[in-house]
Amino acid sequence: MDLTPTPEMLAFRDEVREFLKAHAADFSAGQAKDVFAWQRLLIEHGYAARTIPKAYGGYGAEPDILKSRIIAEEFIAAGAPRGMAGQGISMLAPTLLEVGSEEQKTRWIGPTLRGEIIWCQGYSEPGAGSDLASLQTKAVEDGSDFLISGSKIWTSTAAQAQMMFCLVRTEPDAAKHEGISYVLIPMSTPGIEVRPLKTMTGSAEFNEVFFTDVRVAQDQVVGGRGRGWFVANTTLKHERGMLGDPNATEARLGALIELMKGEVVDGQRIIDNPVFRDRLMQLQGRAMAMKFNGLRLITAQLTQEPVGVAGLVVKLQGCELNHQIAALAIDALGELGILYHDGPHLRARGTWQRSYMFDLGLIIGGGTAQIQKNIISERGLGMPREPKPAVL
Amino acid sequence: MEFALTSDQKMLQDSLARTLGDASPLDRVRRFADDVADPAKDVWEALADFGLPGIVIPEEHGGLGLTLLDAALASEALGRAVAPVPFMGVVLAPLALLGGGTAAQQAEWLPKLAAGEVTAAVAISEAVAGAREDAGVTAKAGKLSGKALFVPGGISAGLIIVADTKGGLHLVRGDAAGLSRVLMLNIDETRRLAELTFDGVAAEPLAGGPELLVRLRDAGWVLIAADSLGACDVMLEQAVAYAKERRQFGRVIGSYQAVKHMCAEMAAEIEPARSLVWYAAYAFDAAHEEASLTAAHAKALTSEVGRFVARTSTEVHGGMGITDLLGLHFWFKRLGLNRQLLGGPERVREIAARIQGLAA
Repeated sequence: MDLTPTPEMLAFRDEVREFLKAHAADFSAGQAKDVFAWQRLLIEHGYAARTIPKAYGGYGAEPDILKSRIIAEEFIAAGAPRGMAGQGISMLAPTLLEVGSEEQKTRWIGPTLRGEIIWCQGYSEPGAGSDLASLQTKAVEDGSDFLISGSKIWTSTAAQAQMMFCLVRTEPDAAKHEGISYVLIPMSTPGIEVRPLKTMTGSAEFNEVFFTDVRVAQDQVVGGRGRGWFVANTTLKHERGMLGDPNATEARLGALIELMKGEVVDGQRIIDNPVFRDRLMQLQGRAMAMKFNGLRLITAQLTQEPVGVAGLVVKLQGCELNHQIAALAIDALGELGILYHDGPHLRARGTWQRSYMFDLGLIIGGGTAQIQKNIISERGLGMPREPKPAVL
Repeated sequence: MEFALTSDQKMLQDSLARTLGDASPLDRVRRFADDVADPAKDVWEALADFGLPGIVIPEEHGGLGLTLLDAALASEALGRAVAPVPFMGVVLAPLALLGGGTAAQQAEWLPKLAAGEVTAAVAISEAVAGAREDAGVTAKAGKLSGKALFVPGGISAGLIIVADTKGGLHLVRGDAAGLSRVLMLNIDETRRLAELTFDGVAAEPLAGGPELLVRLRDAGWVLIAADSLGACDVMLEQAVAYAKERRQFGRVIGSYQAVKHMCAEMAAEIEPARSLVWYAAYAFDAAHEEASLTAAHAKALTSEVGRFVARTSTEVHGGMGITDLLGLHFWFKRLGLNRQLLGGPERVREIAARIQGLAA
């Protein structure tokens, strides 16, 4: 255990601060003025796509937990945007790095990192949620192509995306997990229809996507035909890491503390109310635990030691914590907390209510809390699977 | 540069666990619990052979010269074993002597403490958890008067570090005239607490004052948190093992999601708490500006996690869980004591708020 800042680390922190100071005019209120230019700038300096090899459009640095932490801390402190996220950058790119062909890596990773290609994820179907491997969207061979028919749901950014990474059934006679392939599909292909899916927040954060004889070349399969389930699990691992990101939680907790210092009821600041203060401290303790748990996981990744249960709990606990932070913010606002639409009394543009609702979706999505508990108990604790019921 | 235990630290954990497995198995703990006159001298001697009494004492005074993180790992092992050994004084008294003692005081006490010839206790409950029952010790002209409650290991300690009501620290010899001790029997029969009464007891002041007291408080919080982690680990392991064996309705109960999810929830609470305890212990030595806040949160969070795990593991065991025969209650009660000692989570979180200027 050694996290003491060496002269190298102190110099690196200065370097990040200098960068943020020099480019302070490029962003305000956590938003970049030009998101593409900002993204390119971040990659160029190693503050985005840091550990992705240069050959594939990244910065090519060795993984270093202290440097990653310093970047996260300084960006949070400066209120600077961390660059683009999205499923292409956080899920597809790492997956291609692990299992993609050389051609696929060269063709897709660079433009994805630079934000030139937006991706959406075609996994869930109306009939295949937690039981994802039962998916029915089929890809039928037609010469050197596949013809894809079926539908996907919960597809965020499908309306903006140029590409989809998608799970389809290519071997209808194979066992459930072995008949699936992971394909890359241009969203402009004829036969694709995107319908927005409006949620309780009032916005359409998701879409439904319908496929009718959508023609895709067979060489767009990643990781081999029939190997899609295993490729997808690579991607899901990245998604679960992203969904519980402790740095995002820390930033949100900071905003909650500011809210509680600023809001006043009957002349008393919320932070001075001992009940609210104790709730805040409970969440701070949990956020701190998740933050250091994150450091432990990164170290384990670097030393290639098994992370065990500590890694399996991130999605479950991180999403729950974010939801609780939003819940406390709404409670701290009290009656003001029920406002959601533009108006003179609205706080933070309705962010807290939106997060409270949207985060419930994140608790459900990417593997529900209950599925996470199955994973923790089965893979982490070695408990038996639920026996398969007799066929009804 | 890494956030992980070193191979030396993993070895320390393993070898201490083996020592405790030999010297203090559950039937030994039971005998201690059943006999308030049993000093568990054999367990202490085994740990003295191991070097545990000198864990944070510098090598030049005969100790191992290790860090608070190492001490926390030892505390975790003691919690795992529900060992009938007072550990707080083993770490906090040397820290008090090193932080506020004269060279002469250090030379007199540290080698004896390191060898395990003398045991030490620390009476800081009133200063940290608040004064109850009119307790509190005042210092006047080198003499201490008043009461100190809930002193772990205080019943037999040969050296006692006492906090006065102004936050000053004092060194008291175990054989000092005017000192009387009464056992405070408590829910956790694996650890004995004492009520100390001081009637004009001669004491030597330690330098350092309230700042040193803060250091002792932080270290105490980390040690208790680590002890709770060890106890939580055992309760989870036992719940999982039981759920894999116990059959009802023709299946092991561990194959029912209702039971699996209870175990998953315990694991999901314990692992992040472990990361926080490690960090707080590390910060105590290496990142002073973060030490108090992380120690407070480590103590408060493990108190909450401990209560949840103690209850949930017991429930997974069904009716067996509440029997004396199974012995799970030793860990249940250990966690119950840890939650309150040096302040329950509500009080500690209020201090956490104060540390960062969020409370007056």
